[in-house]
Formats: sequence, structure tokens, C-alpha cells
Amino acid sequence: MAKVTSLNVNGKKLPVDVDSTVSLLSVLRNDLDLTGSKYGCGEGQCGACTVLIDGQPMRSCITQVGRASGKLVTTIEGLEKDGKLHPLQEAFIKADAMQCAYCTSGMIMSASALLAKTPKPTREEIIRGMNGNICRCGTYQRIVEAIQIAASTQVSTLQHAGRAGTKDQEVTK
Amino acid sequence: MIDEQDLVETIEVERYELNEEPAYNFTFDRRDFIKAFGLGIVFIIPAARVLAQQRDQGESGSGGGRNQLPADIDAWIHIDEKGEVTAFTGKVEVGQNARTSLTQAIADELHVPVPSVHLVMGDTDLTPFDMGTFGSLSTPRMAPQLRKAAAAAREMLIAMAAEQLKIEPADLRIVNAQFLNHDKSKTLTLAEVAKGRKLVKVIPDNIAITQPKDWTVAGKSLVKVDGKEVVTGKHRYTSDIKRDRMLFGKVVRPAAFNATLVSSDSKAAEAMPGVKVVTDGNFIGVVAPDQETATKAANAIAVDWKSPGQPSNAELFDLLRKPTNTGGRGGGSRPQGSIADGLAAADKKLEQTYTVAYIAHAPLEPRAAVAEWNGDKLTVWTGTQRPFGVRSELAEAFHVSEDKVRVIVPDTGSGYGGKHTGEYAVEAARLAKAAGKPVKLVWTREEEFTWGYFRPAGVIDIKSGVKNDGAITAWEFHNYNSGASGIQIKYEIPNNDIRFHQASSPLRQGSYRGLAASANHFARESHIDELANELKMDPLEFRLKNIKDERLRDVLQAAAKSFGWGKTKPSGGRGFGIACGFEKGGYVATCAEIAIQPPSTNEDKANKRVSVVRVVASFECGAVVNPLHLKNQIEGAVVMAIGGALFESIDFANGKILNPHFANYRVPRFSDMPSIEVIVLDRKDIPSAGAGETPIVGLAPAVANAIFNATGVRLRSLPLAPRGISS
Repeated sequence: MAKVTSLNVNGKKLPVDVDSTVSLLSVLRNDLDLTGSKYGCGEGQCGACTVLIDGQPMRSCITQVGRASGKLVTTIEGLEKDGKLHPLQEAFIKADAMQCAYCTSGMIMSASALLAKTPKPTREEIIRGMNGNICRCGTYQRIVEAIQIAASTQVSTLQHAGRAGTKDQEVTK
Repeated sequence: MIDEQDLVETIEVERYELNEEPAYNFTFDRRDFIKAFGLGIVFIIPAARVLAQQRDQGESGSGGGRNQLPADIDAWIHIDEKGEVTAFTGKVEVGQNARTSLTQAIADELHVPVPSVHLVMGDTDLTPFDMGTFGSLSTPRMAPQLRKAAAAAREMLIAMAAEQLKIEPADLRIVNAQFLNHDKSKTLTLAEVAKGRKLVKVIPDNIAITQPKDWTVAGKSLVKVDGKEVVTGKHRYTSDIKRDRMLFGKVVRPAAFNATLVSSDSKAAEAMPGVKVVTDGNFIGVVAPDQETATKAANAIAVDWKSPGQPSNAELFDLLRKPTNTGGRGGGSRPQGSIADGLAAADKKLEQTYTVAYIAHAPLEPRAAVAEWNGDKLTVWTGTQRPFGVRSELAEAFHVSEDKVRVIVPDTGSGYGGKHTGEYAVEAARLAKAAGKPVKLVWTREEEFTWGYFRPAGVIDIKSGVKNDGAITAWEFHNYNSGASGIQIKYEIPNNDIRFHQASSPLRQGSYRGLAASANHFARESHIDELANELKMDPLEFRLKNIKDERLRDVLQAAAKSFGWGKTKPSGGRGFGIACGFEKGGYVATCAEIAIQPPSTNEDKANKRVSVVRVVASFECGAVVNPLHLKNQIEGAVVMAIGGALFESIDFANGKILNPHFANYRVPRFSDMPSIEVIVLDRKDIPSAGAGETPIVGLAPAVANAIFNATGVRLRSLPLAPRGISS
């Protein structure tokens, strides 16, 4: 069975020693102790395990680790830069966009992918973009608001995601 | 003689909160506290009932002999040498934000900044006994106790500081963790007062707590105190905990409920590296160095189960109507007047039946536990709403005394009443015992949907009579199986007979946010709407005509006003509905606007879709502790209620759950979210009640009434429209 011996996670090349068919979520949580990504269903239905692979939101519970090999993986632990929270993290706190917060990591990762692609999403675009993530506590209205708050501080969002610079993403604060 | 009302409450607690007698032997004495906490000052809060006894007996609350502490303690507060305040309570945090609201109460009363207050919650070795976090009791019961403690602590600390400063206590106050005299010429910090101390103080009962109108920290919005921990992924839920040498567990589940093990062959599993198979009676489980191997090994075990034939959804409601053969008692209130007289006096009579399906809590964090044995001492980290109840379960399962068992509850990925029992803790502990190493067990989503318990299904029959002027004359109400919560009426009906009947449930059932209040409100508020329609009266006007309770009238009128009730008519394909209710000290009114939409391509083409497009919910639960979190709870309750109202339902047959995945058990998603407006009525003159449950009860009937308003079709079964409504 093919082995994966290293993974690039949150800008660091980390040694691992796992079969390529093991789920990325399992490797992140159990081998790399990055437990911010959560197991919610193991079936790609709830989004609690969402991470970015080369900027694309992926359900890490149904993604074999082999598919992340050689790519850039970003998890919730990678959003905070130099002790400064990502604008989405700030916005989730500000909008109180959580209750039990078990879904929060996945929500923020999905939202970061959404904002990278659609810097100024409408409410409908947010609903469409986030519909694969479940918040059983029902804080959807607040999550929409948090994403809107983060979108309004978009310049720094994009800098965080390392994607600033293209014309349609330039927005004044 | 037991009053029937008491009986209802007894049944409700016993059966639906999966409760038990508080059986414990509290052995801490003052020396233990000093040992546990080191230097500083510990304030002990005797249980509310102990304080009440002291009051009755005119005692000062000194707490008995020198080293003897009251046996019944609600909480304690420790102030360390740095002036950091730590309160210990057996309550747990499951997303209802009790950690934040209780922190506010302490900061408010002690006059210290919020960040210097810490809460240790739900750790059976560190926190006092608590029956459990349910029934919306943390706010009305625990918060006043912590306030009392903090207020007493504040006064005692002022006395100590005055002694240190050699001034009169009356000349000293505490502001922002600093003691100041009148001209601020003499000051001391909290840390300076606590330094070098080794004190344990029992708080007296004769202490006044700050009234809501004078609150400075409580009563104001505060974001989640550990918000930064969760948005960075740093907070460790049970399933995130890692222990040295930890293995992963997996339980081999029976083929059906009530199955017994006939035989098993685990040779293939045992041949896998690092795998150990544990068989004990009906229990088969495995441990392995990683989760994948554990799952593979469990799947490799060939098991022959014998299971009896069992009912399915189709027979459910007939089954629940049959009187229980387990000797269950009836319940309800004492009947008033005579139903026969009430019906005879009525101009119109109505008789209808309503049903509710089993639904699942589906907390996003599945049930999980990490168990570790050190000799005969067992420690289990687990997400439960009843840490001390789970400790009892573990002690019983392993024939050890409770002081050998420690249950630690990390802030948990929600519960909604679903995490009261400890079978997953017992399973993890059984596997850990056999493995001789710590074991983590996380239920899969399928296990979560199957092996927990469900919100009870129920059948409700209502017979009523009403006069043409709108006065309700008779109300006969029978609830079969779903429970007695919220069964009482706030309508002024001279002749009423309200009963709850136990039944044999084919599925395991238990607490669910609001308990049976959702079912009882759905039936009652739907029926009230039907009566209004019989009389061609406006549903709001009809309710107000029959309700005297001012608090209920206030929420009804507040919701109706914001919704614009009676001001506009719904446009084509739309409908308006209203409902109201009362439970656990909270009053709620819900207005809903629904839309009937054409079938979507991937659904049954004959059926139109129903969506909830707008909700106005008003709520009043006394003095508001944290407006932000209260609104959040109400919004969340509305969204969660949409699932149970429109589409959530457990399908089962022959001891199996047929839809144990999010792919076929639909829960509300972003696209199901209406625009939600929340109106909070803040009654500073009324003690705060809890708010995690009651806001859920108004939505389903408001939606059913709105569907009738839009279509003329009366739907009387929850979920109302799992496959849309027929064209």
C-alpha cells in the first residue's frame, strides 16, 4: 500500500507515516494532533471537518490523505497569523455565530473558501456556498452575519489567504 | 397524600429526564480544600435547601464544627494569590452558554473584571454534586447560588481588606478587583488580600444579592467567554482528548434493538496487529492502535444475533394508544368542572387527534468518551449533561465505589437533552479495562442516530367546546406517551380534564429540548386555531379573549405587533400563523409566514414544497442575563424547531433505524433558515428563568396554522410536510 511520508499543513512540511488511503481528517487529528477539524458524520454531509486543499474546501473525512500529498493543506489552526485572528475568526466572535461551537471550525474554513472566490457575497450566495455545513444549534443567521462582517474587512481577509492582488478583490475598507 | 400535580412532575422527572435520586456521600473537609487549592481563600456555598433550613432555624450558617463542612454544597469559589477567581460548579456547558452567564453573575456580584473569573464545570472530583444540566435550571437555580456566594465573598473580603488597612469596613468598597476607601487614599488589590491566606469560609444565608435593576455585568450582552478558544480550534472537546498510550475503541453493534448474542467468531480480528477483542455478555468491542484498524477489526468479527420481531412506524400510533402493560400511572392536572357540562354549554364542538414522530437530537459532536484506569481508579472524559449520573453508572457497571470514579466533562458539542446517559462512557471504560490502556471511543454518526434515545413519539386527542362569542367551555386533552411537560393550559376554561398516559414505546426515548412541551403546544395551539376558524374569529383575538395571564398576553401582543398581524394579508401561496405558550418560567409567542412553492426537480413531483420564510418570536423569561446569548438561543430554537415541524422523523422497522445518516435524516440547513426577528421582553422585576428550551415550542403550531392559512389544509402530524404537501 502506498505510504504518505509528509504533508504540507499550514505552511509547514510535517513528517507522517500513514497509508495513503487513510482519511485526511484522521491524519490531521490523530497523527498531527490538529484537532480543530472535527468528526461530525464521516460521510461528507455536515462539513465539520472542512479544510482547504490548495485553497479548495474539502471534506477531510472522506478525502484520502494521498490526495493531499504534495498540496497545501490549511486547517483552522493555520488561520491565526502572528497572534492575530483571521477576520472570519474575529467576525464569528463578534456576531456570536456559535453556541456549542463544534461546527465552527468547519464553518470558518468553508467561509474562507467562499470569500476567496466571492469576496462580496450576497446573502443568497452565502446560503448556497455554506449549505453543506450543518449547525445543529441553528446559528445560521449569525453565521451569515459573521461572513458579511468579514467580507467588509476583505482586504485583510485576502492577505490572510495569501491571495490579495487581483483587481476584483481590491476593496476599500 | 400525593397531589396529582406532584405526580405529573414526578413522572416527568423520573421518566423523561432519566433522573435518579442524588445518592452521594460528600467527604471533603476544610483540610481537603486547602490541599486541593493551595493558598488563597475558598468560599463554600451550601445547597439552597441547607441555606433555607438555616434560615428557618435562625442559624448563622457557620457550617458546624471546625473542620466539618455542610454535606450538601452547591458550588465553591476560590480566590488565589494572584486575585484570580475560580468558581466550581457541577453544571456543564453544552452550547447554552451557561459558562458565560454564570461568569457574568460572579463578576457582577464580586465586582471583578470578567476575564479574572474562571469556571470549572462538570468535574466530579473538583466540583460539588449536581443532578445535571437540564430543565433550564442553571439560570434560575445555580446563578442565584453563585451570586450569593460571590456577594458573601465580597463582604468577607472587604472585612479582611479593612483589617489589613486598619480602617472600618464601612469605609471600603471594591471596584474592578480593587479595594478603595472613600478618598482612594487607601487601596488594596484582591491579590494583596488573598496573598498568604489559607482560609475556607462557609457563606451565610443572610446575604442580599444584587437586584437585576442594579446589575452592571449581567443584564448586558457579552460574547462567549471562551470564543477565541473555539474559533481557533484550540478548545478540546471529548473527542479531541489524547492520552499517553491511548488506543481506539469500536463496539460491534447488534443487528437490531433487543437482540441477544448467539455466537461470534473473532479470529480474523484478533489476528490483526495490535487488536484486542473484548466479549462480555452481550457486549463485543475491539481496541486497536488506530481508529481505522479498530473499525476494520470490528467489521471482521462474524456475529450471530437473535432478535425478536419488532414494530415499525406504520403501527406506531395504534401501539401508543394501547394502555401500558408496565403498570404506568396516568398523570395530568386535577380535572376542573365537568367536560359533559362544558360540551353541553358549547355552540360548537370539536374533536381532533394530533401525532408527533420520534426525532433525533443529532448533536454535531457524536457521543464520545475517553477512559483511563489507574489501578482501581477510573477517569472518564465524556460529553454528558449528567456528570454525576454517569459517575454512578460507571461505579455500578464496574462494581467500584463512586469515589473511585472521576468524570470530567469538557465543554461539549451540544446535547439538547440527548446526552443524559453514560453508555458510551461505560463502553469506553470496559474496553480500557480490558486493554490496560486508555481508550477513546467516538460513536459514528450512524451509531449516534441509532443507539442513543429519541424524543418520544406521541398521540394527542383533544375534545373541546366553544361558544359563539369565543369563550372556550370545555377542554379534554389526552397525551399518550410523549409526556406531561407543557400540558397545562393558560386559557381560562372552566371545564377541563388534562391527562398524560404512559405507553410502551417501541424505541428507547428520553429527554429532548423542551421535552413534551413541543408536542403539547403543537396539539393545543393547532386546536385553538381550529376553534378560531370554526368561529371565523381572528386567531390572535380568539387567544386574547381566553387568556388572562398578563405575561402571556404581553408576548402574544409583542410578536403580533412586530409581525404586523392583522395589518396585512398574505400574498398568493403564502400563509400566516400564530401560536403561544408557557413552560419552565418562560413565555413565548411565535408568528410564522410560510410559502408554498412549486415542486423542486429532485422531489416528488406531485408535491409542493413548504418553506418557512419569516418568523417573529417574542420571549419573556424574567430579568435578562445576557441579551445577546438569549437572542441567540431563541433564534437557534426557531431553526431547530423547523426540523421537527416540517421534516425530521425517525423511520424504523423491526428493531432497526432506517435513516441513520444526515443524507436521509434531514436537519435544518442554511437554505431552511427564515428571516428571524426576536423580541425579548426584559422583566427586571421577575427572577430570571432559563431560556434554552421554551422558545422551541411555538414554531411548529405557528407553521401548521400558517399552512392552513395558505392552503385550507389542516395538518395534524409532526413532521408536517416531510415530502412536501400534495397539490
